[in-house]
Amino acid sequence: MAARTKKLTLAFLLVCGASLYGSPIAHAQAPAKRVVSLVPAVTEMLFAVGAGSQVAGVGSYDNFPPETKALPRVGALLDPDVERIISLRPDLVITYGSQVDLEKQLSRAGIRTLSYRNGGVANVLQTLRDVGRVTGHAAEGDRRAKEIEGRLDAIRAKVKGRRRPKTLLAFDRQPRTLQQMYVAGGRGFLNEMLDIAGGDNVFADDRRESVQPSHEILLVRAPEVIVELRATGLAAAIGEREEKAAWLALPSIPAVRSGRIHMLNGDYLVVPGPRIAAAAETLARALHPDAFK
Amino acid sequence: MSAFDSTEAAPELVRAAVGVPPRPIRARLVTTVVAYGTLAVVTCLLAPLVGSTPISFSRVFDRSIPFIDNVDAQIFFVARMPRVLAGAVVGAALASAGVVLQALLRNPLATPFTLGVSAGAALGAILAISFGAAISFGPFSPVPFATLVGAILAASIVYGLATKPGRAMSTSVLLLAGVTLNSFFSALILFVQYMSDFTETFRTVRWLMGDLDIGSFSPVLGALPLLLAAFAVFAMLPSSLNLLSVGAEQAATRGVDVARVQRLAFVSSALATAAAVSLAGPIGFVGIVVPHLVRLMVGVDHRIVLPASAFFGAAFLVACDVVARTVLAPVEVPVGVVTAMLGGPFFLWLLVRKS
Repeated sequence: MAARTKKLTLAFLLVCGASLYGSPIAHAQAPAKRVVSLVPAVTEMLFAVGAGSQVAGVGSYDNFPPETKALPRVGALLDPDVERIISLRPDLVITYGSQVDLEKQLSRAGIRTLSYRNGGVANVLQTLRDVGRVTGHAAEGDRRAKEIEGRLDAIRAKVKGRRRPKTLLAFDRQPRTLQQMYVAGGRGFLNEMLDIAGGDNVFADDRRESVQPSHEILLVRAPEVIVELRATGLAAAIGEREEKAAWLALPSIPAVRSGRIHMLNGDYLVVPGPRIAAAAETLARALHPDAFK
Repeated sequence: MSAFDSTEAAPELVRAAVGVPPRPIRARLVTTVVAYGTLAVVTCLLAPLVGSTPISFSRVFDRSIPFIDNVDAQIFFVARMPRVLAGAVVGAALASAGVVLQALLRNPLATPFTLGVSAGAALGAILAISFGAAISFGPFSPVPFATLVGAILAASIVYGLATKPGRAMSTSVLLLAGVTLNSFFSALILFVQYMSDFTETFRTVRWLMGDLDIGSFSPVLGALPLLLAAFAVFAMLPSSLNLLSVGAEQAATRGVDVARVQRLAFVSSALATAAAVSLAGPIGFVGIVVPHLVRLMVGVDHRIVLPASAFFGAAFLVACDVVARTVLAPVEVPVGVVTAMLGGPFFLWLLVRKS
């Protein structure tokens, strides 16, 4: 399930545009007492702002924090179970931005929805504050957002002035080969994380969120560091050494020659939620090990 | 090559129909193989010279620079050459399978793609990619085997439908069967994607668009047994296909074991399709565009059409991949999109012209 959360989040991150939007949150409304969240990143935020006890149900792919494991599951992006959602008697449902029909159904049932779309770091922090406000934990939401901002600024300060390596940030490919690879383009959450961590994206000039480079393009872009974000399930199935060996097909890439290929495992690296500071730090440590000695 | 120089003459009506003078088949075969072979070889030699990036050829072949440091040589030998070879092999396999299926079913619209054989192979591959990624038999990936099973399954269904004794299948029934098989296998592919991990959808969708960027020669080696078997059987077929394309009964009276030829033709086209799909995903329309263009140029004798289509198919797909690599560079267009852009309108034109 851990791998699935990552994958779902990732997939969503790519499918959707880069802005938070939704029905404007009416501040005058009473705080939501029972919340169902279909979005793993927002579920994490609910627990982070102290609204964990108000969460009545979560999506199929939610697995963090561990408390979510005991909560009822109500489907996810593709298969939300409306009956189950309504039967949990929520007064707020967090939906994906593309779940327009679900939102209509819920509004007919008189249930408020907050629709969520992935964006950059600023959107993550804003969503954290919004989630705090709608659940009656506005102060805690602000505090957590400030704390994350502070940690991100600390990382920026640590890597400031250091040479920024040309970095390839890959998040999917066919096991054992470099085929059907997906890497971060010059827009979106992953690109921004790489920027904070002190790396220059080799695909910064490509204004898409994800790029599928051919072998030729990989050789030409010649990254000095390769960072691969891996699904935990796959990591267990295929050894890190074997996956790194796939890169030996392109020996002139500086990162391959110097061995600066990092396989990073963990959902927190790709979920645009309250753990982004930890994710940025992991990336920064891979790119600038000297800065963290 | 013994099958190609068979002393069995093509039916005279076939020759008369296209106005081909009764030249010795051996001479025509040599001319065709030389001409189309040259086209294929020249295309394959020119294709690696272009790409999204200009490279220096004096550097590519400069032995004084170690390979490990030579970016131009790696672009040429790692990124472009395997890709061109894959394009040639896949193009030849799909075009030949198209020729064989069209002759066998006496239908100009029969191809591995339209009959659902490609989709069957793709289903096998998607299953292997989604659930068998962690399995490997030494250096062998499970993908070619799974595509073969899928292709054979689909071909068997078409064979069962198409070989009602004593009659050829109507175009509409055949195309409907193909559409149905295609939708059925596509639905199963969607189901597999739905059940598997979410972002694998991205990889598999990309794979379904067709991708020749294989990055090394080993996938070609992996598909080689299937290809060799397919082409070995193809080489035995042309004379029988000539007779079959006139009619099963006429062929039988001329001593053709119709059922055996049909089985061989279906199995070999399934083998070729499986090899192509395992290498590059389901690339459409090669099997229809190439045989038709070739027949316009060389007539209908399968002893000529089959080898000419194999070579022309190789050149065609390699050329399509050059377009895919360069037209929007540095962004690449999936090669299956390029063949579809050319092949879709061509297919419709054939359909309209036929009716």
